[in-house]
Amino acid sequence: MLADYGYIGLLLAFAIFFAVTTLLLPLSLSLPARLVIYYRQLRQYLLMHHPILFNFLPSLPKFPRFMQVVPYNPNPVKSSTFECGMETIGKAWIRFNFRYYFYALVFIALDVLVVFLYPWAVDLKGLGLFGLIGVLILIFILFIGYIYAWKKRVLEWK
Amino acid sequence: MEVEEVYSSSELDKKEGKAINELIARSQETIPDPDEWLDEEIKRNILLTSVDAILDWARRSSMWPVFCFPACCAFEFITTAASRFDISRFGMEIVRASPRQADLMITAGTLTWKMAPQVKRIYDQMAEPKWVIAMGACAISGGIFRSSYSVVPGYNRIIPVDVYVPGCPPRPEALLHGIRMLHKKIAKESLFGEGK
Repeated sequence: MLADYGYIGLLLAFAIFFAVTTLLLPLSLSLPARLVIYYRQLRQYLLMHHPILFNFLPSLPKFPRFMQVVPYNPNPVKSSTFECGMETIGKAWIRFNFRYYFYALVFIALDVLVVFLYPWAVDLKGLGLFGLIGVLILIFILFIGYIYAWKKRVLEWK
Repeated sequence: MEVEEVYSSSELDKKEGKAINELIARSQETIPDPDEWLDEEIKRNILLTSVDAILDWARRSSMWPVFCFPACCAFEFITTAASRFDISRFGMEIVRASPRQADLMITAGTLTWKMAPQVKRIYDQMAEPKWVIAMGACAISGGIFRSSYSVVPGYNRIIPVDVYVPGCPPRPEALLHGIRMLHKKIAKESLFGEGK
């Protein structure tokens, strides 16, 4: 029992040491000097992130970046899209041919057919005539849809 | 940024050639190595040294290289990354394909001017702090291709280089030594002082 309290105390001591060395000490030491230099930045920061002073908790992760513990040097190239080092060409918002949509529909229908055929094929003998008739009904239904799509010229690319 | 519309491959070629020629004109001088602060007297806030030590230790213990292997030194890097030489001992076995997640560029191989804008762009897009190891003779000076019109005579024409690893190609041990040298350099960096 005593040993557990010892560990808890040790953990607290370590936590306090960690907080002091990594957060409180650098912040308290550098804040007065930096406040003068970054007065405008701080004001902007406060205006942007502290419209209500009690609302500061969600912005705490941004504070190391503000204190320049984490470097923050954005520029237009850095902020642009990464495309293997190439400059991006054109726009991402382009129109695709709407016929892809019909192809996708037919593909999904046949895909589902395959999903049902696999378990039937695995236990072919066990399912017997009943399974065969069920699968034939399924294929028949999909075949009607396929013929319909064919007749509606979905398979033609014009 | 303004996006130029490109409608044909010849327009693309012209655009690319223009960009490359501009880059060549801009990079006639070598970029000085970011190491002037290394030899100077250490002017750092003594009270912040523990923070610096922790941050530098964290940074050098988990470096993330980015894919930038234009030529044959890449094989020596692959060997270095593989099981025998094993750079995961230094906490950097994962090579990222995106510069957003990387902070170290190991420039392994000959660089042509055609490829130079891309390398520069990848370097520009890396998150900071970032470092560069120039690996091999071609990366240092253009190597045996130095006199060619199409070869960049050293990566320090386009990006600042921290550590040079000589050799053609350098053995994996040499690259590991270069990585250790970079670790030593990072260990000297200070949060609010020099070498940032």
